[in-house]
Amino acid sequence: MIKFNDENLAEVEKLIQHYPEGKQKSALIPVLHLAQSQFNGWLDVPVMDYVASLLKIEPIEVYEVASFYSMFNLKPVGKYMFEVCHTGPCMINGSDKIISYINQKLNIGVGGTTEDGIFTLKTVECLGACGYAPMMQLGKNYREHLTEEKIDAIIDECRGNNSDTINNFNKMNA
Amino acid sequence: MSKKLLLAKAHIEGIRSYDVYRGEGGYSSVEKALKMQPAEIVEEIKKSGLRGRGGAGFPTGMKWGFLAKPEGVPRYLVCNADESEPGTFKDRYLMEFLPHLLIEGMIVSAFALGSNTSYIYIRGEYHWITDILQKALDEAKQNGWLGKNILGSGFDHEMYLQRGAGAYICGEETALLESLEGKRGNPRIKPPFPAVKGLWDCPTVVNNVETLAAVVPIINEGAEAYSKIGIGKSTGTKLISACGNINKPGIYEIEMTESVEEFIYSDRFCGGIANGKKLKACIPGGSSVPILPANLLLNTAKGEKRYMNFESLSDGGFATGSMLGSGGFIVLDEDQCIVKNTYTLARFYRHESCGQCSPCREGTGWMEKILKNIDDGKGKMSDIDLLWDIQRKIEGNTICPLGDAAAWPVAAAIRHFRDEFEWHVLNPEKCLTENYGLAHYADPIHVAVAV
Ligand SMILES: Cc1cc2nc3c(=O)[nH]c(=O)nc-3n(C[C@H](O)[C@H](O)[C@H](O)COP(=O)(O)O)c2cc1C
Ligand code: SF4
Ligand code: FES
Repeated sequence: MIKFNDENLAEVEKLIQHYPEGKQKSALIPVLHLAQSQFNGWLDVPVMDYVASLLKIEPIEVYEVASFYSMFNLKPVGKYMFEVCHTGPCMINGSDKIISYINQKLNIGVGGTTEDGIFTLKTVECLGACGYAPMMQLGKNYREHLTEEKIDAIIDECRGNNSDTINNFNKMNA
Repeated sequence: MSKKLLLAKAHIEGIRSYDVYRGEGGYSSVEKALKMQPAEIVEEIKKSGLRGRGGAGFPTGMKWGFLAKPEGVPRYLVCNADESEPGTFKDRYLMEFLPHLLIEGMIVSAFALGSNTSYIYIRGEYHWITDILQKALDEAKQNGWLGKNILGSGFDHEMYLQRGAGAYICGEETALLESLEGKRGNPRIKPPFPAVKGLWDCPTVVNNVETLAAVVPIINEGAEAYSKIGIGKSTGTKLISACGNINKPGIYEIEMTESVEEFIYSDRFCGGIANGKKLKACIPGGSSVPILPANLLLNTAKGEKRYMNFESLSDGGFATGSMLGSGGFIVLDEDQCIVKNTYTLARFYRHESCGQCSPCREGTGWMEKILKNIDDGKGKMSDIDLLWDIQRKIEGNTICPLGDAAAWPVAAAIRHFRDEFEWHVLNPEKCLTENYGLAHYADPIHVAVAV
């Protein structure tokens, strides 16, 4: 049975309170974020149906939203997603090289996942870090000013660690 | 030295926390505003000359004046923190380092608008910033700046955060409202404007992060003092996010009296072009605005110095000028390929089109394909005219301005860099390994620029 853990259930209750009565559908995107983080990083149909029942909306209302936004994954992904930006400003600063380095190092193409299910490589459009290019999103945070050495270190960090450390990585750009 | 109104305190240790922020005089604008009449505050904002910092530069006080006030219907204030225009990363800086400044500005704005609930809609990828803002919201509430009867004034206000999930189009205000309602980010047909029918069909004001933060210094220092900073209809200070091939990429708060030349070459700002290279071109206001070759960037077609403000950057219209836009300043050096750069931007707009209007949905994909071909050395001369034709058919024929935003970069690239496109077509092998280079772009203006 698909069900949110208690913490997420409490969070859903809280989210619904942010909107006027009867407008609980507004909580859909935040609730889908919660669902994706609890259920292995992607949104399977039964998960979306569960979200629909929680918010008392039709399943189709959930599917159409989940398929619109690029942060929602409708297929399984690796434990760590390297989301490398390749829009103009990052391209100018060498994002192509970073992408091909990851291709070669992990032996996966863009959109691919390593056989052990640990890494997925994705290209994304501008993430608002253009001055700190090239960059990628990893979990909650950004990794910026990427170099081949930094990619090596990040891969080692992921291999040796659990997702908590990745998500608590807290770098600030001064 | 440029005066700093927004970032003056950004480097104070611990300023992100409530105690330090308050200790530095934070929230004083709320104390002042709650003793004023809401209409007086709107008047102050009008007098300040503040123009929206989200890209369009619409006068903020006027926008607030349009807000409908039907009896018994709630009004909403929504902060647009979707920041997704390539080249733009200034709102991120404000929220990351000065979260309380945004909250303070929003409380004053909400009071002026008579709004008891506001939302900050932040792009989903700024996940760690959501945590920073949530902490600041909790602190503000614990200290009585949010909630019921704020400072005993009788004014109630709640402020909530909502994360998006990866869609540039949700920065367009009506798409943002759709998204806030839990739907796909499809822009609405206007009118009705949000000021009349916005969030859940209630009157709504949508403003950019930087716009709402600027309300704080306006109330603190007075509209008159604020309006004296800057020049003409570009009052106050502007945050510029500078990136590309420069020595010092980052966020700069500038008075809009600085020249473009000073901004690029001075050590106070970008510190010149990186690696001793030469300036080739620049997109001065986020990826949607026209790219300019170096000569037209530093000086207008009339040969006058160009300045970092709304009027000067648009001098010459689209034929020879550009726009201040969102303040996303993208600098390209002599080694950059205009075709490739234009291709990545076309791909961006195709990726972000919501698909509602056929000129935008089909046109962006078509332009991307043609540009990719030219970049790959597979283009034909007729492709250049075809591109021109497609962009013209998109512009002005769509529900929201994303169509225009996709058309303009392509139009400007062809208008100013046509020879580079032709060179690609004529040199299908060479263009894969070599760059066209600087050509005459950096020379003093010597050709009458057509179109
Ligand atoms: C495609 C598109 C994307 C936009 N993205 C943003 C954005 O990320 N942030 C923003 O503040 N305004 C954005 N805007 C402008 C908003 O529609 C709106 O004009 C702005 O939020 C109003 O705030 P302001 O008056 O304070 O500038 C975008 C507009 C369009 C057409
Ligand atoms: S112009 Fe493009 S993004 Fe805007 S509504 Fe039409 S299809 Fe959607
Ligand atoms: S272009 Fe990559 S973060 Fe903006």
